[in-house]
Formats: sequence, structure tokens, C-alpha cells
Amino acid sequence: MTQTEFLNIVMPFKDKVFRLAKRLLVSTEEAEDATQEILLKLWNNKKKIQEYKNVEAFSMTMTKNFCYDKLKSKQAQNLKIVHSNYEEKGTPLQKQVELNDSVHWVARIIEELPEQQKLIIQLRDIEEYDFDEIAKMLDMNNTAVRVNLSRARKTIREKLTNTHNYGIN
Amino acid sequence: MVLTNIEELLEKYENGETTLNEEQQLKHYFSQETVAPHLEMYKPMFAYFLVSQQEQFTKDVPLHTKRTFNYKWLSVAAVAVLMLGFYFNEPIVSSYEDYVYGTYSEPQEALNELSNSLAMISSHFNKGANTMDYLGEMNKGKAALGYLNQVNKGTTTLDYLNEIENTRKIIFKN
Repeated sequence: MTQTEFLNIVMPFKDKVFRLAKRLLVSTEEAEDATQEILLKLWNNKKKIQEYKNVEAFSMTMTKNFCYDKLKSKQAQNLKIVHSNYEEKGTPLQKQVELNDSVHWVARIIEELPEQQKLIIQLRDIEEYDFDEIAKMLDMNNTAVRVNLSRARKTIREKLTNTHNYGIN
Repeated sequence: MVLTNIEELLEKYENGETTLNEEQQLKHYFSQETVAPHLEMYKPMFAYFLVSQQEQFTKDVPLHTKRTFNYKWLSVAAVAVLMLGFYFNEPIVSSYEDYVYGTYSEPQEALNELSNSLAMISSHFNKGANTMDYLGEMNKGKAALGYLNQVNKGTTTLDYLNEIENTRKIIFKN
């Protein structure tokens, strides 16, 4: 397989891999590194790529596992997974502006969700995969995905309502 | 779009029962400038989803093709070396006669050459023999050992004294 062939396969979903990684790892840099790592892994196993039925779903599963490993290893190093560990690019001023932005609240609310719900929200509401695909990627059954998604959506709505009504988080 | 319809969809949405198509409708509705006031809080959520979709991975990925060393070529090279070896292993002399008896055609010349080389051998041999001179020193040491024999002689004469002592005892007993 040549580089162009590989890129043709990978290009359509590389952003999705990146966004998923960023959802879990929060920091852009970490997510970039993770994506790079995933793509390199795919490249090194390019001979096997043709055997995979769905490279995209496979890559998403890989990303999920890779990020979990990353988070676990941070834990093992006795660092807290509180995401203040990771620095976000951007000036403090920009952050101030963002904080006022109500869209940013959503990001913060999603950040507080359990990892699995985060993943499902990401895959469903942002990447718009259908339930069967998500179930396959996360190795769960269809109903479990729906239940988790419903919980996540309700949590987001409740918190948003609070923020909207009282201006508190 | 009818408001009740949206409310229904939101209900379904929260239960995780909407299809992708219906979710698209919701996203579309909430991307409008104005939405129903009691649904205002959903706006940032769907806005966030839409914004998040835009994010892109911009970093380059260095794709290096792994250069694996091909061991086939190693064996090819080995065979080539072997072949060359066999090729140049042939004696360079033109015939077996030449190979055995050397290359001198004149007997006299051959004799001279032989005696020269023999002389060379003997001169080297002599050099070696010279170092053997030190063995002479050893002989000298051996001669010094001869004096020890004299001591032995002395001790034998002492034995005679013992005899005399014995005979004296015998005589005095009687």
C-alpha cells in the first residue's frame, strides 16, 4: 500500500479520531499526539488494513482504548486525572472570553460526565454515528448505548437549565 | 417548524430514541437566531455540537516506510563471494610439472639457488645454536656439585671410627 492509498483511507476519519481523543484527553496537544500515534499504528499495520471490514470503526475503538490507557498511565504516575493537568493552548484573556460564552458551559458539562457517556455523546451527537456502529466501537450492546446516551443528554439538559435560570453551574 | 413537533422530538431525544435524521432537524431548529424562550437552554448545546464537528486535526503525521533489510541479498552476496573464491583458487602456474619442480630450466641455476637457500637456513640455525651456549654454565655448576662427593667420602671414614668404638666396647666388656 502506498502513502496516497493509505491517506485516502485515513483522511475521512482522522478528524473524528482527533476529536474523540480530545474529548477524552481534553488537551489539544495530548489529542494531537494520540491521533498521530493512532495513525502511525495504522500505517505500520497497513498490510492488515485490507482485512478489516470497517477501518473507521476499528480506528475509533483503537482511539478509545489508547486514550483509556493514557488516562490510566497518568493515574499510575500518581497524577490526578483532573484535567487541569493539561494545559490548553491560548491566552488567559481568550479563556475569560470563552468562560462567558454559554457554549463553553456545554464543553465543561460534558467534561464532567463519566467517560463512557462522554464517548457516546461524542460519537452520537457530534460525529453522528448510528447506534449499531457505536455499539460495535465501544463493544457494548445497543440498548446500553441508548440508556447511557439518554442519561448523558438528561444531565446536560439539567445542568444547562440550571445555568440558564440561575447563572450557576 | 411546529413547536409541538420540536418538543416531541426533544422528548424522544432525551430518551435516546431519535434517529439521526430527527437529530438533524433539532440541530437545524436550534441553529436559528430565535427559538422558543422556554427552549432557550438547548441552544448552546446544539451550537456546541455543531462547533465541535468543525474541529480538525492539523498536525502532520510522519509516515516513514520501514526499510526492512532483505536477507535474501545476504545469501546472494555470500554465493557470489564463494564463486569468486573458487574461481581464484586455481593455481596460477600453467602446468602440473611447473607446479612440482619449480620454474628453473638450468640445473646449475637451480643448484645455486638451492645452496643459497640452504646457507640461509643454516645461518639462521646457527643463530639459534648460539643461544645454547648458556648450557655450558650449567656444566660448571655440575662440577661444583662434585665437591659434595668429597663430603660423602668424609662421612665413610667417620664410619670406621664407629667400628673402632664398637670393638673398644666389646674389649672392655670382656
